[in-house]
Amino acid sequence: MWRRLQVKVGLGFCGSDLETHMEAMRKKAMDALPGSSWTPLEINPNLPPERADIVIVGGGVVGWSIYSQASTVLSGGGIRQQFSLPENIHLSLASADFLRNINEHLGVLNEDPIDLQFNQSGYLFLASEAVAHIMEENYSTQRYAGAKVSLLSPTQLKEKFPWVNTEGVVLASYGLENEGWFDPWSLLNAFKRKAISMGAIQCCGEVTGSLQLKVKSLYFSFFPTSDDGMSACVEQVQMPNSLEYQPVECAIVVNAAGAFSGKLTEMLGIGFGPKQSIAGIPLPFLNLNYAAEPDVSNLEVDHSFFQENVWPHLAFRVPAFEKLKVTSAWAGFYDYNTFDQNAIIGTHPLINNMYFATGFSGHGLQHSPAVGRAVAELILDGNYKTLDLSGFSFNRILTQEPKLETNIV
Amino acid sequence: MLLRWRSQAKRSQLQKKNVYYSYTESFYGPDIASAYYILSLKGGFRYVGQSEWFRANQRGKFSWDFLNHKNTPIEEADMSYTIINYTGLENLERQRSLRTLKLKGCPEVDDWFLARLHLFQDSLEELDISHCPRITTGGLAALRNLKGLKHLNVSSLPGISNPGLVIILLEEMLPQCQITANGYDHNLRKVEEEEEEQMQRQR
Repeated sequence: MWRRLQVKVGLGFCGSDLETHMEAMRKKAMDALPGSSWTPLEINPNLPPERADIVIVGGGVVGWSIYSQASTVLSGGGIRQQFSLPENIHLSLASADFLRNINEHLGVLNEDPIDLQFNQSGYLFLASEAVAHIMEENYSTQRYAGAKVSLLSPTQLKEKFPWVNTEGVVLASYGLENEGWFDPWSLLNAFKRKAISMGAIQCCGEVTGSLQLKVKSLYFSFFPTSDDGMSACVEQVQMPNSLEYQPVECAIVVNAAGAFSGKLTEMLGIGFGPKQSIAGIPLPFLNLNYAAEPDVSNLEVDHSFFQENVWPHLAFRVPAFEKLKVTSAWAGFYDYNTFDQNAIIGTHPLINNMYFATGFSGHGLQHSPAVGRAVAELILDGNYKTLDLSGFSFNRILTQEPKLETNIV
Repeated sequence: MLLRWRSQAKRSQLQKKNVYYSYTESFYGPDIASAYYILSLKGGFRYVGQSEWFRANQRGKFSWDFLNHKNTPIEEADMSYTIINYTGLENLERQRSLRTLKLKGCPEVDDWFLARLHLFQDSLEELDISHCPRITTGGLAALRNLKGLKHLNVSSLPGISNPGLVIILLEEMLPQCQITANGYDHNLRKVEEEEEEQMQRQR
């Protein structure tokens, strides 16, 4: 009986045909078994899940770094410690430590090690007589916070960098360590890879609406219920180039949307309330092109801006740049905080489950690892553990006290 | 999971070896602490004013005679083929009269390590970083701070892609320094072969 069966099979299919048929049958069997991803209904696999614990809006380094620890690609990719606010210096130092040990933090088993192509040159700041005292103050703050910076006189500057024109320069500040530039794309990919290996779900889409649910009072709550309390509970995510959308229920929303953070908070009604109330103060954001001056209505590069405003200064300071030629230019959106050009990190007083990590005004990339860790600590532990960033909370916008950097770049 | 344990164990062993020797420093002072660190990593060193080298042998054993010279800074250190890394360099931080540093074939010396060498910018005259696999062009840019450097050995660095160009840039950056760079294949033969193939295909 067994032999007759074998012969029958042999007559029906012959040679390599048998192989392909067996493969097809095996695949059908595997699909039918539970655990496969085949479904009879056609569902778009790129839709976000229906429910998620934490939704991070924004696909830049800050967003991904928040996941893997609790507008990037177009960025210049530099890191420096020469700030005037101690919090900013600590953020940069912590991020530099992170980048130094990046394979320990973001390494995934059996994958290639991360190569950031970090160029270890420092940042050089030049000061004229009018601002030299500010530079000296900043130098002492930076040294106190632990940054390795050195002050140079014009003669020392000329010795170290003979190609600089030291006319008008009274003092210079040079970063000796932990400063330089690197490839932001590889950092972003490293964060993404680690986050996905840890279980994050990535979806590309646009948040087009979010529904609010009023906070319901608990039966045994000690605090009076506030009718004004809002929470962003359901985000509506629309797929690109299509009319499909998916509502995502979530417990916590992190706003790391960079230049578009203002739009996200507008969807919740912030900025549209009566002027004197908390709800009336909008998130101070603006979509700006890369250097604040050129026209911001579109993303076209304004070449004449470089020729007229930037090149003369460059050529004066570094005579070798007189013969330079622009090979390429690009434009992108700056995550610019119009209020005081510093980060906004933390919760909003009205929306009790939205965490901001935005407004870095050009320093997002270099602060991303440290900010990611800080926001993860906020979400998981409720307090900042390693670095105290309460100076960057939203409250300073409510009280209208700007936290400005002297010598802002 | 086993692989992860293995890599974590290796990393923790590296960290333990390169930890800051504060205990030794509190008892014997920074110079003896640096000396002890170098010997425990199987390196060698020479004190200022002495001509004798103190070294550890293959098995890690060394004589304790170096304790006789208290408060003498170290002038030359040979850490070739050791596992010194960025955190370990903290142990040598106080040695401001260090003139020679040999780091040939160190697997953990990378660009960040080179950036930290700015601590020795006034005194360092000779640096040997040949055969270090983790050094790339970005790290060599950090050597600009070592203005007293007279001899630099960057032979056989597998991490740099255009050795000829990099050596020329280094020579420009450090005009008083004599740069040794052997072990690179500067031939153009490969490109010529490709051009010949292209010509043949066109025919």
